[in-house]
Amino acid sequence: MIHFDNVTKTYANQGRPALENVNLDIEKGEFVFLVGPSGSGKSTFLRLVLKEERPTSGRIHVAGKDLARLTNWKVPHLRRRIGCVFQDFRLLPNKNVYQNIAFALEVIGKPRRFIRKVVPEVIDLVGLEGKRDRMPDELSGGEQQRVAMARAFVNRPMILLADEPTGNIDPATSIGIMKVLDRINRTGTTVVMATHDAAIVDSMRKRVIELEYGKVVRDQSRGVYGQAY
Amino acid sequence: MRAQFVFHEVWIGLRRNLTMTIALIVVVAISLSLLGTGLLFVKQVDNTRTFWQSRVQLSVYLCTNSSLGGNCAKNGAVTPAEIASIKSELLATHDIAPNGLQYVTQQEAWQQFKQEFASNQPILKYTQASQIPSSFEVRLRNTEQDAGVVSASIDGAPGVSQVVDDSSILDKFYKLLDGARNAVVVIAIFLLVAAILLVANTIRLSAFNRRRETSIMRLVGASNFYVQLPFLVEGMIAGLFGWLLATGLLILVKSLWLNGLQQYFPTGVELSTADLVEVIIVAMITGLLICGSTSFLTLRRYLRV
Repeated sequence: MIHFDNVTKTYANQGRPALENVNLDIEKGEFVFLVGPSGSGKSTFLRLVLKEERPTSGRIHVAGKDLARLTNWKVPHLRRRIGCVFQDFRLLPNKNVYQNIAFALEVIGKPRRFIRKVVPEVIDLVGLEGKRDRMPDELSGGEQQRVAMARAFVNRPMILLADEPTGNIDPATSIGIMKVLDRINRTGTTVVMATHDAAIVDSMRKRVIELEYGKVVRDQSRGVYGQAY
Repeated sequence: MRAQFVFHEVWIGLRRNLTMTIALIVVVAISLSLLGTGLLFVKQVDNTRTFWQSRVQLSVYLCTNSSLGGNCAKNGAVTPAEIASIKSELLATHDIAPNGLQYVTQQEAWQQFKQEFASNQPILKYTQASQIPSSFEVRLRNTEQDAGVVSASIDGAPGVSQVVDDSSILDKFYKLLDGARNAVVVIAIFLLVAAILLVANTIRLSAFNRRRETSIMRLVGASNFYVQLPFLVEGMIAGLFGWLLATGLLILVKSLWLNGLQQYFPTGVELSTADLVEVIIVAMITGLLICGSTSFLTLRRYLRV
């Protein structure tokens, strides 16, 4: 599903590459934790998958497509099949829960009938039944993140990318968030989650890829956050 | 359904940006009206020039006993022989329009004078018939080019008191009109530049105001067209309203001002409704081009897609 072939990415004005000679294969349906200290390249990895950045060298394949050969006007189609969740939720403050999720479908031109059917389903999936008319500022952090996840998942993407989704959320609520992610993963969606949250990583025992200074230093199935002794 | 979504986004954008949008509409309206007014002026002047073209005359005034111009003081009133020679010389220049040479006797001139100044008794009282000169009224084929040549050739000939070229009088009139037209067009150009800058600024502001929505739209995979469309439509709507306002103003300019000025023009050079419609269409095309292209270029610069 995601294939990195000797990928290096150096940002302009920076000496050290953000990612260096990364070789990775992530299969369909996998759940992968991307761990590492700040600046190790986790966010860069996710942005490369979305084609928000281009690699300085190397090839990237997502869902079988070579990103280098993807024309600019095809990029939106790629992004429709990838869902994104961020640390700061990125909800629209003037729209309620339903409208925030529906927005993601409206902008890609889905008909009203479809939206009316699918959005309530995904609201239930993330555990926000009864809250569809709440505005974001009436929701707790955990609830807002659930809305974000609902929005990311509503179009049944192949891949879900999460960039520190529990960064702004307390440990107890984070567990709820992870349960939702797990539920999403069980439907067959590939999940890649960049995180600092050692407790979560340790408790879920999924594949762990550790980055340090842009290089992959560990790739372990059923891994833990720190070094396994 | 998608159209409804786009219009909804446009409506939100317009509301958030209301003051700037209004400023934009006003500037577009004023600049298009000024441009249109300038065009109306141009048409009016052209009509007038065409009218006069066929009517302007050279008046060759011949000596009377009391004339002071030319050789008259020395030689006295014009003789029939001199009249004949002046006539043949005029005909020899070949620039005269068919049937364009007319000899006006003193009697006829006196009658014309009495008619024109019928309301001005003091002048009639103090003018004698013998003081009104006879004249040749010459209509040329190509006034603008030939007037100078012909008048130069006949001026100073024996019996000629004065050569008056009607077109030199008109020149002053034309200069006035051209001056007004140029002033209007220069102001219009300044305002059009201002309109362009305002469109760019409004789009930029709008894009900034809606950056949250835009970034989510791009993330979620909305096509570039969809992302840009609301802004383009905003720009076009502002342009459209500006043009409608300009049309109203232009109609006012024509019906109140220009028609009021007709008293200074000869009859029959008034601009028709077709002229007005033509100017309005030119204004629309200019407005569309300016708003459309500026919006498009600004979006390319400030809305990364």
